[in-house]
Amino acid sequence: MLKDDPLVLPSFLRDTTNSDSALKKFLNGLSGVDTVGVEERVAKLGTRSIKTTAKAEGIDLAIRMIDLTTLEGMDTKGKVKSLCAKAKRPDPLDSTVPSVAAVCVYSDLVGIAKENLIGTNIKVAAVATGFPSGRISLAAKLQDTADAVSQGADEIDMVIDRGAFHEGRFLDIYDQIQSIKRACQAAHLKVILETGELKTYDNVKKASWIAMLAGADFIKTSTGKVQPAATLPVTLVMLQAIRDFEIATHRRIGMKPAGGIKTTKDAMKYLVLIKETLGDNWMNPNMFRFGASSLLNDLLMQRQKMKNGAYSGSDYVTVD
Amino acid sequence: MSNIDVKRTAKLFIGGAFPRSESGRTYEIFDNNQSFLANVALASRKDARDAVVAARSAFSKWSEATAYNRAQVLYRVSELMQGRREQFVEELNLCSKSNKHAENEVDEAINLMVWFAGWADKIAMVTGSSNPVAGPFFDFSIPEPTGVVAAIAPDKSPLLGLVETIASIVVSGNSVVVIASETQPLPAISLAEVLATSDVPGGVVNILTGSYKEIAPWLASHQDVNAIDLSGVESKAIALELEKEAAINLKRVLRPNTKIDGLARIKTFLETKTVWHPRGF
Repeated sequence: MLKDDPLVLPSFLRDTTNSDSALKKFLNGLSGVDTVGVEERVAKLGTRSIKTTAKAEGIDLAIRMIDLTTLEGMDTKGKVKSLCAKAKRPDPLDSTVPSVAAVCVYSDLVGIAKENLIGTNIKVAAVATGFPSGRISLAAKLQDTADAVSQGADEIDMVIDRGAFHEGRFLDIYDQIQSIKRACQAAHLKVILETGELKTYDNVKKASWIAMLAGADFIKTSTGKVQPAATLPVTLVMLQAIRDFEIATHRRIGMKPAGGIKTTKDAMKYLVLIKETLGDNWMNPNMFRFGASSLLNDLLMQRQKMKNGAYSGSDYVTVD
Repeated sequence: MSNIDVKRTAKLFIGGAFPRSESGRTYEIFDNNQSFLANVALASRKDARDAVVAARSAFSKWSEATAYNRAQVLYRVSELMQGRREQFVEELNLCSKSNKHAENEVDEAINLMVWFAGWADKIAMVTGSSNPVAGPFFDFSIPEPTGVVAAIAPDKSPLLGLVETIASIVVSGNSVVVIASETQPLPAISLAEVLATSDVPGGVVNILTGSYKEIAPWLASHQDVNAIDLSGVESKAIALELEKEAAINLKRVLRPNTKIDGLARIKTFLETKTVWHPRGF
């Protein structure tokens, strides 16, 4: 079956990945991104007013879409344990708050996260492949991925080789993603483009296509370690690439903006953007995720505000 | 000389910046001859919320600054007020005060700022104590700032009352969200310009203009506000409602119509930390 095997493309696209020159030709043939148009559309959609019941729905949906993340050198087992507790029950005072989609940690902490999430549907995502720079050998990247998978990671967040991208070695990136995809086995693969290092919207569009052609289940904006991280215009460019890819291949790719999304207001803008670009099929945690940590507390404070009628404060949510 | 009459657009003062009201609303103010003075921003509940966020994020740095540093910063504010003395006098004149009265009020406000500045490094000595206890402990109590304080400045005293409110709250390390006089907000707006060009970190003082009847309930019920100064509220009915809202998270409340000044005012917004330190054998 063509559709089920992510590494097999429809015939008219299969040829594009046969050689470096073919891929280059295909990517350069993609229509250019209209910078002004993208930014204007984002600005316009950002003004949409979402209130009362729609806002309440939006907040709960956003909570269910969060990949609750901790990616620090100083992460401890205890930190991961408390993050898992928060993932299961974000607001200890309110059992009606839904759980988040996943917990995202470094690959060596996957086991701890798995242990603490037994009996839940919450996934464990691991960043692998020499996150965040990706400047290690392919063998090491594969080993990193295999480690995370063997510990039980449900999802792998890999980074692409941005150096290779700027050198124009698109096929190398394609091949690496394919190899990592095989190493993932049943685990879902999210491909981080690190849009802050790609510099232009056209590059973001090209990188999105490389990742999708190579078998990514999700494409993700950023590691969160580089500024700018996720922005609305970059997300729109990627969402449009996902839409074009679906039209071409009938395959649906998920989207994950990550880094810098801190407020409920931001989250609502992203929800509007998916709804307007891809429609209802993407309005669920299987197809859209927020890579975030502090966003959750802001969503909880807004939720408390809607429930109690008074503005809440950071004393009433858990400390990360 | 420019012959264009550049009108002043009065805005809010939040987080060290001068934003328009999020709601886009303004209201007109008039001088004592009922002629038009200016359009002033009419703050909404969301402006109040933004101001609390700004005050909260400014709190840790301001409260951890040395008392000596806070004194210098407040003293510098009075320096800049001095430089704008004529402007303050003119604005008070426009409102209702006679020239003599206006000059007195401005001078008193500047003096008061200096007076409060002087207290910054003395509060702990005066209000702190070492306590005799029945055990081998060195036991001492020291004052600490309460946190984010919301305040409604007295309507009738647009400069002096405002300066007293702000200075008595921030001198000990609190940050403040203050609602300026509704009918006479011009001196508050000028004071905001003074604060913005002084060394007071952005967010330590946030000044909202508009209707306190509209905004104050949101501040009173706000869970991230630790104390509320109601001494400037005249309406008993509104004050009662505000006190009830403030009780939800046990805010420290300076009750309406309280005649209180000087050190007592500073002490209202302090908490006491007592330390038991083991000693000797």
